[in-house]
Amino acid sequence: MEQEMVRDISALDLSTYVAVDDPKDKTACEVIKKKTAARVCVGKAGSRLKTESYLRFRADHAIAQDAVWSYVDESVVDELGFMKVQTLCKDKDEYITRPDLGRKFSEETLEKIKEACPHHVDVQIIAGDGLSSPAITVNLPDIYPMLEDGLKAKGYTLGSPIFVKYARVATMDQISEALDAKVTIILIGERPGLATGESMSAYMAYESSTKKNESQRTVVSNIHKKGMPPVEAGAQIVELVGKMMEAKASGIDLHL
Amino acid sequence: MKLKTQLFGKTYEFKSVKEVLAKANEEKSGDKLAGIAAVDASERVAAKVVLADLTVGDLRNHPVVPYESDEVTRVIQDGVNEEQYKKIESMSMGDFREFLLDSDAKEIEGVRDGLTAEVIAGAAKLMSNMDLVVASKKLIVPATCNTTIGLPGTLAARLQPNHPTDSVEGVMASVYEGIAYANGDALIGLNPAIDTVENTDRILKTFREFMDKWEIPSQNCVLSHVTTQMEALKQGSPMDLMFQSIAGSEISNSSFGISTALIDEAYELMKEKKSSAGPNFMYFETGQGSELSSDGHNDADQLVMEARCYGFAKRYHPYCVNTVVGFIGPEYLYDGAQVIRAGLEDHFMGKLTGIPMGCDVCYTNHMKASQNDLENLAMIIAEAGVNYVMGVPAGDDIMLMYQSSGYHDVAAMREVTGKRPMAEFEKRMEELGIMENGKLTKLAGDPSIFA
Repeated sequence: MEQEMVRDISALDLSTYVAVDDPKDKTACEVIKKKTAARVCVGKAGSRLKTESYLRFRADHAIAQDAVWSYVDESVVDELGFMKVQTLCKDKDEYITRPDLGRKFSEETLEKIKEACPHHVDVQIIAGDGLSSPAITVNLPDIYPMLEDGLKAKGYTLGSPIFVKYARVATMDQISEALDAKVTIILIGERPGLATGESMSAYMAYESSTKKNESQRTVVSNIHKKGMPPVEAGAQIVELVGKMMEAKASGIDLHL
Repeated sequence: MKLKTQLFGKTYEFKSVKEVLAKANEEKSGDKLAGIAAVDASERVAAKVVLADLTVGDLRNHPVVPYESDEVTRVIQDGVNEEQYKKIESMSMGDFREFLLDSDAKEIEGVRDGLTAEVIAGAAKLMSNMDLVVASKKLIVPATCNTTIGLPGTLAARLQPNHPTDSVEGVMASVYEGIAYANGDALIGLNPAIDTVENTDRILKTFREFMDKWEIPSQNCVLSHVTTQMEALKQGSPMDLMFQSIAGSEISNSSFGISTALIDEAYELMKEKKSSAGPNFMYFETGQGSELSSDGHNDADQLVMEARCYGFAKRYHPYCVNTVVGFIGPEYLYDGAQVIRAGLEDHFMGKLTGIPMGCDVCYTNHMKASQNDLENLAMIIAEAGVNYVMGVPAGDDIMLMYQSSGYHDVAAMREVTGKRPMAEFEKRMEELGIMENGKLTKLAGDPSIFA
């Protein structure tokens, strides 16, 4: 039996949606909506949210939760030629509760990386699931080829790309030290916000090291199709790498 | 002092009072991350048994960070009312728990100034969630700035109109919506995205003008760093409340860029230049786990460190203090059960310390917590008598990127518990047609009233 479909509530543009019953001034409500992305002019059912606002909130939170607790589609990283490794975390649960373990590799894993990957390259690219797996699954196929082409065109040597499961940002330091790369980039899933489950960040550092603190890193964030599109972010990252190579510095030491 | 016991034939021995406190804590991911939690459920209970047998004096005499090396310890120890302390010094912690559950408010108030943070946290560790509610409910701690918060029968809300770029019109859109739901009696307070003197001044003035124009009895606040606010105050900004995040150790306070001397100075400056009536005009935020995250936990558990924040806050006779209970993330509080527990503990400990305690009932997207967990804590803590909670548009803070209690939730908490906004504020809401007989009217929820 052919079924009609229930309206897609996620398709509604919340930025203009006024749900207050009989407002004193409807036009004023529309103006208010334009001033903020906050959930205002939502109306009420008694003291509670209306059904549509409630379900939309739940849908927006569901996207965020699923982003955290899902896994990167490994066929995506395989096709792009990434080598796959894992931090000391044994599962997602441990990853969420033990940031210290998500920053480290075992000796065996480090040996494997050292054997399989070229050393002393100009740029080492890493992808890590972080707090959002879809951020990598969705954005990596767009951004990685761009980075590869853009960096090679500038004459830089590239290492073998590495995918890290259960990754925190600081895994880049250990990999950089193991391979003695000049610039290391990690593309990593950001902690999702409501309705934004696909946002990715790129952290970059010149001679990335476990002995330096977070201020060694330069970051491009909010990379996703509704934020900074991956193609645009790719171009920006290539340009930043150029500046880091020239200045032999990154983070707060890189004066842009 | 006995630090050893047996349960079902197995012996449990602890090295120190600090270890007993840590292992007696209810399960928290942050204590595991710190490597100080009980290894299993049985060891946790054994530690509680040993804790119940220690005396109030044992806990006072063994602060988790030594007096000589930590100014938060000194603030708390030096603030103890020795006469009140003597009344309970030799009481076992088990008896002290029963005293809190069995006594009336007056009897508890008679010893409250004799307690240190370790004693207060110790009592919390011996209580179930319902014990915490029963004890908290008796502890009435009002405070007065322009208006009075925390009176029996009231539940107030901080209107939190955050905006990612601090756009004045964007912020005010959320203020209009919030007032239309009778939120904002505790204060109207913005977490700024831009921590500058100019921005702090601009938002404070905007709130002041709005409150004057619509005759809203409340207090304004911009939660920039205390040093930014001090500068704004010196330049003449209208500031009813001064804010700062605080921690339970000197190391962690220093990572927040503060010290006792700095907050003393801020307090004196406010006394001289504030725009509010007083006598209470400081606002502090805390949250379990912040000490570990700044390497200042001194190998103590996150509950006892949280209690120390309250001891520090007490020095400044605050108008309001709230734990931002679920903001820190799953490596400190893993799921809904841990957040609910922590919220009830923090509220209890704050009230037992004698500070006017509120709670930011909240969670982040990477915790195993849901909207239902948030609402559960909201209802329980309202019943426990919390002074105030946050109010954000439909529970979604678009600047801090977490979920907190929404404007609707505040209205519903009042409806479910029969509590009312602060009296002057409710009267004004009635005049504006937003409330009637303690409930929202049909006209409520319409921000265009103020446009």
